[in-house]
Amino acid sequence: MLKSARIQVTGKRVQLMATCLCDAFYDDVAIATVQVLEYLGCEVVFPDSQTCCGQPAFNGGDWEASRKVVRHTVRAFEGNDPVIVPSGSCAAMLFHGAQIEFEKEADKESVAALGNRTWELADFIVNGLNIKKWDGNFKSTIAFHRSCHTRGSDSVEASLTLLKSITGLTILEIGEPEQCCGFGGTFSVSFPVISSSMGNLKLDHIRAKNAELVVSPDMSCMMHLGGLASREGKPIKSKHVVQILRDSLINAGLIK
Amino acid sequence: MALQQIDTFASRLRPETQAAVYDGSKKGYEKRTKLLFDDYAQPDELRKLAGKIKQHVVENLDTYLPAAEERLKANGIHVHWASTADTACNQVLDIMRARGATRVVKAKTMVSEEIELEAFLHKNNIECLETDLGEFIVQLDHDKPSHIVKPIIHKNRKEIAELFEKNGLGTYNDEPEVITRRAREFLRKKYLEGDVAITGANFVIAESGRIVLVTNEGNSRFCLAATSCHIAIVGIEKILPRDRDLALFLNLLGRSGTAQELTVYTEFISGSKALTQPDGPQEMHVIFVDNGRTDVLSSDCKEILRCIRCGACLNVCPVYRQASGHSYRSVYPGPVGAVLSPLLLGKNFPQKADLPKASSLCGACNEVCPVDIPIPDLLLRLRARAKDEGLPSPGTPPMGGWAVMASQPAAWKAALVAGKLINFMPTKLLPVPPLRAWENTRDLPQWRGGEFRSWLKKHKS
Repeated sequence: MLKSARIQVTGKRVQLMATCLCDAFYDDVAIATVQVLEYLGCEVVFPDSQTCCGQPAFNGGDWEASRKVVRHTVRAFEGNDPVIVPSGSCAAMLFHGAQIEFEKEADKESVAALGNRTWELADFIVNGLNIKKWDGNFKSTIAFHRSCHTRGSDSVEASLTLLKSITGLTILEIGEPEQCCGFGGTFSVSFPVISSSMGNLKLDHIRAKNAELVVSPDMSCMMHLGGLASREGKPIKSKHVVQILRDSLINAGLIK
Repeated sequence: MALQQIDTFASRLRPETQAAVYDGSKKGYEKRTKLLFDDYAQPDELRKLAGKIKQHVVENLDTYLPAAEERLKANGIHVHWASTADTACNQVLDIMRARGATRVVKAKTMVSEEIELEAFLHKNNIECLETDLGEFIVQLDHDKPSHIVKPIIHKNRKEIAELFEKNGLGTYNDEPEVITRRAREFLRKKYLEGDVAITGANFVIAESGRIVLVTNEGNSRFCLAATSCHIAIVGIEKILPRDRDLALFLNLLGRSGTAQELTVYTEFISGSKALTQPDGPQEMHVIFVDNGRTDVLSSDCKEILRCIRCGACLNVCPVYRQASGHSYRSVYPGPVGAVLSPLLLGKNFPQKADLPKASSLCGACNEVCPVDIPIPDLLLRLRARAKDEGLPSPGTPPMGGWAVMASQPAAWKAALVAGKLINFMPTKLLPVPPLRAWENTRDLPQWRGGEFRSWLKKHKS
C-alpha cells in the first residue's frame, strides 16, 4: 500500500530532506547522508528553505495545518530531482500520507509529483541506484530495529541488504520485530503510559541481544528508546543505518 | 494534564488483567503468523485478494443484498431488515411472541452485543442463555466481552474457577478441562429447554442464500438441534458473492482468528430442517442489521466494512495489549473498533472520537488484516474528522503555531538555533505540556539545531 510507483532515477543530482529531527537533534545523521550520497557520486542539493514534512499535524488530525506545511515543502523542493530522506517515516508522509490529506485539494497533483520522486535513503540506494553491495567494513554486532513507518515499503529490506553486505558486521533481529517502539509522534505525549510501556518492552528485547549498537532507519524510534533508557540510567547506544554505511567507508579509508 | 481515557484506563489496569490480555494476544498473533506462513508461500497476496473481494461487496451492497434476500426467501427463510438496534431487537421479540416462546439459547454473535439484545430480551421476560463458553462466563459474571473472538481474554483461570464456585457450579477447581466440563453439563439441559436459537452468521452467500457459521465448541449445533426456530442476526456487510469465495475466506478466517486451518465446526445452513431430518428448526429467520452501517458506507472510511471479525488486529496491536479491550468502551475494541465503534455512533461520533487517537500508527493491524483494511489511514481520517468537528483531544499539542513556523524558513532557522536554550534549563520547568509528558519517563537528546546547516555550509565552500 505504501509502495508508490517511483519515477526512475536518471541523473545524479538529488535533493536532501534532512528532516526536522536531524535538523534539531541528529546532525550527524544528516551529515552521514550527505557523505554517503556523495560517495555514490551524487550531487547533493540542500534546499535551504526546508522545514518539516508536515507529519506531526497530519497525525494529530489538524490536516489544515499539515497541508500548509506540505505546500511549503512542495515549494522548497521544486524541480524534478529525487528527494532523499534519511527517515522512512518522513518519506512515507510525502508519498503516502500527504496524498491522503490532499485528496480533495486543487493542488493535489503537485503533492503527488513530489511523492513520486521521494525516496527513503536505503530504498534509494538499493532500488533507485541499484546498489546491492556496500563497500568498506564495520566490525560490530548490531541489533536491527524495523521502524514501523517503513512497513509496506521496501526500506527495511533495502537497509538489511546493505547492512548484511558489510564486511565484519553481524546483524541480530530484535524479538517481536513487528511491535512498535511506542513513539508514534504526538502519541508519545498524549498516551504517555502506554507509549512508555511499549518502549520498555522493546528495550527488554534489545538488551536481550547484547548487541553493541541498536540500528534503525528512523531516528524518531531511537530518540524514544534512547530517551527511556537514558532516564532509567541504563543508556543504549544507537545509530542510524546511514551512519553505519558512512562509518564503514571511513573504516576502509574510502572517505574521510 | 488531562490524559486520554484509554491511557488512564491502561494505567489503572490490574497487573493480572494486563498480563492475561498481553499473553493471550501475543500467543494468538504468533500462532497465526506461523500457521499462515507455513501453509502459504505468499499469504499477503491472499489477504489482498480477499480485501478486493470484500471491497467489491461493500461497494455493491445495493446489488448483493436484494440478491441474497431473494435466494434466502427461495430457501424458505424469512428475511427481515432492521435499520436500528431497536428495530432488530423488536423483530426478535415479535418472532418469539408469535411462537409463544420464552427461552433463547444463543451462540456467540458480536452483532447481538452491538444491539444489546440480551438486556432487551431480559427486560421483556425472555431468558437468553449464552452457550459459547467464553460468553457464558461473561454472562455469569455480568461482565462484557473484551475481545471479538476471545471474549474472556482478560480473565485468568483462577478468576473463572472462583466465579463458577460462587454460582454453584462445583467447588473451586481451576483446571480448564474441569471448568469446561461443568459448563457443558449445565448447558446440556438448557439446550433442551430452549425454544429459539439465536446465532450470528460469519458469511451470507448471495448466490445461494446460504449462511455460514464457524464455531469451535459445537454449541451452535446444539442450539439448532434442540430448538424449533432459528434466528440469525447479521450485519449487512457479511455478504460474500459466491459459495466458492468461501475457499479463500474460510482459510483466512480460521488462520487469522484462532490460528486454525479451519475451525472445528463449519456449518452451511440453507434453510430450516428438511422433512427427512429428525431434528432442527422448522422455522428460520435472517435479520439484516444496518445500525449505522449505511452511514459508514457513505463516509470516507467504508473499507472498515470489509472486516470479517477475526480479531487478528487486536492480537497484534501494542496499544490493545497494554490497555485491554474494555478500555475502548465499545463492543468492538482494538484497531478495528477504534475505527468502527465511533463510526457506528453516527451523529454521536464525539462520544468515541478519542478512540482513533489510541494508536502509534505503527500499521501492524493492516499487516495482519485478512482483508487488508488500511486501518491506520482510517484512524487518521477520523482524527481529522474529530478536529473538523472541533472536538477536544487531550494531550495533542495544538499545531497552528507550529504550521506557521514551519512555513517560514527564516523563523524556522531562528528557532533551530534558539532551541539550544533547552540544553541549559531544566525541562521540568518549561511551561510546555507535551514536553512535560515526554519528560516524565524520557530524557530529551541534546538540542543541536543549526549544526548540520553550518557543517554543510563549510562542506560546500
